[in-house]
Amino acid sequence: MRDDETKHGVGRRDAIKGMAAAIALPMLGTTEQTAVPPVAPPAVPHAAPTPLVQLTRGVPRGDAWDPDMQHPSKDWPRKLTTAEMTTLAALADMIIPKDAHSPSASTVGAHLYINEHVSAPGASYERDLVRVRGGVSWINLESEKRFSTPFAKCSLEQKTAICDDICYLPKAKEEFKAGARFFSLVRNLVGTAFYTTDAGMKDVGFVGNVALPKWELPPAEIRAKLGI
Amino acid sequence: MQTGSPKSHTEYDVIVVGSGAGGGMAAYQLSINGLKVLLLEAGRSYDPVRETPMFKLPREAPLRGAGGREKPFGYYDATVDGGWEVPGEPYTNAPGTDFRWWRSRMLGGRTNHWGRISLRMGEYDFKPKTRDGLGADWPLEYKDLAPYYDKTEMLIGVYGGDDDLENTPRSSPGVLQPAPAPRVVELLAKKHAAPMGIPVIPAHLAIMTQRQDADVLPKKLHPGNKLAQRVLAESMRSRQACFYATPCGSGCSIKANFQSTTVLIPPALATGNVDVVPDAMVREVTVDKNGRATGVHYIDKRTRTDHHVKARVVVLAASAAETARILLNSKSNQFPQGLSNSSGLVGKYLMDTVGAGIGGEIPALEGLPPYNNEGASGMHMYIPWWLYKEQLGGKLGFARGYHVEFGGGRGMPGNGSFNFLEGKTEGAYGTKYKEAARRYYGSSVWFDGRGEMIPNEQSFCEIDPETVDQWGIPVLRFHWKWSDHELKQAVHMQQTFAQIIEAMGGKVNGKPATDGTQAIAKGGQIIHEVGTCRMGTDAKSSVLNEYCQSWDVKNLFVTDGAPFVSNADKNPTLSILALAWRTTDHILDQLNKREIG
Repeated sequence: MRDDETKHGVGRRDAIKGMAAAIALPMLGTTEQTAVPPVAPPAVPHAAPTPLVQLTRGVPRGDAWDPDMQHPSKDWPRKLTTAEMTTLAALADMIIPKDAHSPSASTVGAHLYINEHVSAPGASYERDLVRVRGGVSWINLESEKRFSTPFAKCSLEQKTAICDDICYLPKAKEEFKAGARFFSLVRNLVGTAFYTTDAGMKDVGFVGNVALPKWELPPAEIRAKLGI
Repeated sequence: MQTGSPKSHTEYDVIVVGSGAGGGMAAYQLSINGLKVLLLEAGRSYDPVRETPMFKLPREAPLRGAGGREKPFGYYDATVDGGWEVPGEPYTNAPGTDFRWWRSRMLGGRTNHWGRISLRMGEYDFKPKTRDGLGADWPLEYKDLAPYYDKTEMLIGVYGGDDDLENTPRSSPGVLQPAPAPRVVELLAKKHAAPMGIPVIPAHLAIMTQRQDADVLPKKLHPGNKLAQRVLAESMRSRQACFYATPCGSGCSIKANFQSTTVLIPPALATGNVDVVPDAMVREVTVDKNGRATGVHYIDKRTRTDHHVKARVVVLAASAAETARILLNSKSNQFPQGLSNSSGLVGKYLMDTVGAGIGGEIPALEGLPPYNNEGASGMHMYIPWWLYKEQLGGKLGFARGYHVEFGGGRGMPGNGSFNFLEGKTEGAYGTKYKEAARRYYGSSVWFDGRGEMIPNEQSFCEIDPETVDQWGIPVLRFHWKWSDHELKQAVHMQQTFAQIIEAMGGKVNGKPATDGTQAIAKGGQIIHEVGTCRMGTDAKSSVLNEYCQSWDVKNLFVTDGAPFVSNADKNPTLSILALAWRTTDHILDQLNKREIG
């Protein structure tokens, strides 16, 4: 157990509550069940020790102003219900479906990230909670009205019909403006969630976060293409 | 870092207040010359070797690394217990002012997260009033500081080119390390800016592209000083060269860039001559009946108790505004206006850097094959100010210049990286959204101007008579006003950047401003606040002499940004370091001659 965990018991209790929630909802949790998949440690040349200097560890307090960045914690209690998460997972997969390059958004937990976001402390997150909750309610009422079924159980065509009406605020009809604001927020959250995972970074072709012995000019192919 | 109560020496030769660039340099230089130094830091101890979140990904962080009021530059930013607000340590703004005061309450201060941009001030920058009649001249010239720039660059490790452009000095041969090869966006901007007469040249950053020569440099920097050579060689051997991954702003556990906590404080501690006391909030400099500084009072934040420590010399390096606050709060019957303030100028002529920027989308960058775009985290190339002649000829409508920082391309996806797709695609979702992400990822560029502000009478800080912080210390109240020079400069920035983006075949995001108030960053937001204790040639028109020594209190010195007379577009940290070194040479000389202490 780390020192800061013993010092900050509240954080640990929240973590345990989160784990309990995950166990109770094995199919579709309201929190991420494991914090982060283990990442292979990159080959880092370590700084040689400076034996003359006795460095006493600076100790992070572990709160938001001085978090333990080596052991990030995001264990605040989650606010969305299982039913809300089901709707959001379905909507996330409309925004980022599986294709030949990469999996769908819910496969990599985009809906769990939405829950992390709207449950976070702070006024802007609380505003987003209202928008997401209201939007989930609205989209289910809309699909019940149109197709007599909740959004998650709609066919792809039915979901598309609703999404087409709310996918772009400047072009949405008056009665769909609120739905469009909700869709816009969810699209941004899903985009953030998906493209920060390994699958998403690979999909767009991010290359980096690896130690290099030398920094070279851009590849010749790119320089030729751009005339640089 | 090694910290604790100041017990090994009940009385010190020198107390240094603040452990950032100016305080770290002062503690290093004085301790390697055998003086007993007490280094006081208002924040907690911090060790970048152990604490830097190297290679951590946004998804490991809460909210994918998003910033917030507690961590304005993102979760992994090195700054802890700092930002635009510090809990329990408020500041106030006079009506009509919206100044933002950044503080980093931690060992090493802002050097832990800074941009590492290390540009020298040039000949014009020391004599701006002589050149255009505005502001004030420095009491020293470029050639006085040039040797200290050379030595500072060798000490901390700076990469750069050897271009020799107007008012953009080059370093002496062999001082700088090679700049890294340019990135895609840097090459593309250079290609299209050149026909516009805009130079794009290697930037100077305090990042090492190769290891320092620990057998040669210490002897060169500290001739005849065995202690200095030993601790510096040891320190240099512990530093690695940049490996072109993981952002500098989070700090650097391999010590490839300059942080006071990796480059200055460890060798200072290794001399055995320095005690560091963190969580020590200095509130007042004390004086004897002869008006000489005797020491400082600080609040130990952990016990909330007041302490007094004594020394022969006091060096303030608490940051421009905090140093002014300490002096103004050091009131006595002898010094009813605060200490070192017979001129009434402490707190006056506060300056920041002018900031304005604009971004764009470059179709030529769409759909390129994957490539590593990370590099040395900061920029490899930049645009120095290039319109000196037009400006002096009165053709621009504003008196001082700016340099341009820019970049773009395929960065690591983070929080909000793809929010632009909604507007770009007019609401795409599904397969079209994923295709758009692949196509447009890496096609954005940004340009930020960093320009000179001319000091003015309306921009200053003073003690707020009604408010104290949680330690009982009266707080600062800020007053701020940009002049037309800065507002017009900000417009020029945005319009010029729009032209460059269009020359690159791109589309500008939004419209460049025609009204400077719409373009310019708020005072303080660029975090280059300097001034407040300007140096000069006499005690009436300045607070300090050219050695950053108080006119009123001979054994009191200031080594942060407070002594700055002007605020050239060149980022201040390198000049703070060089000036601090020069100041410590003067302190040693004065102590040897028994002029002080």
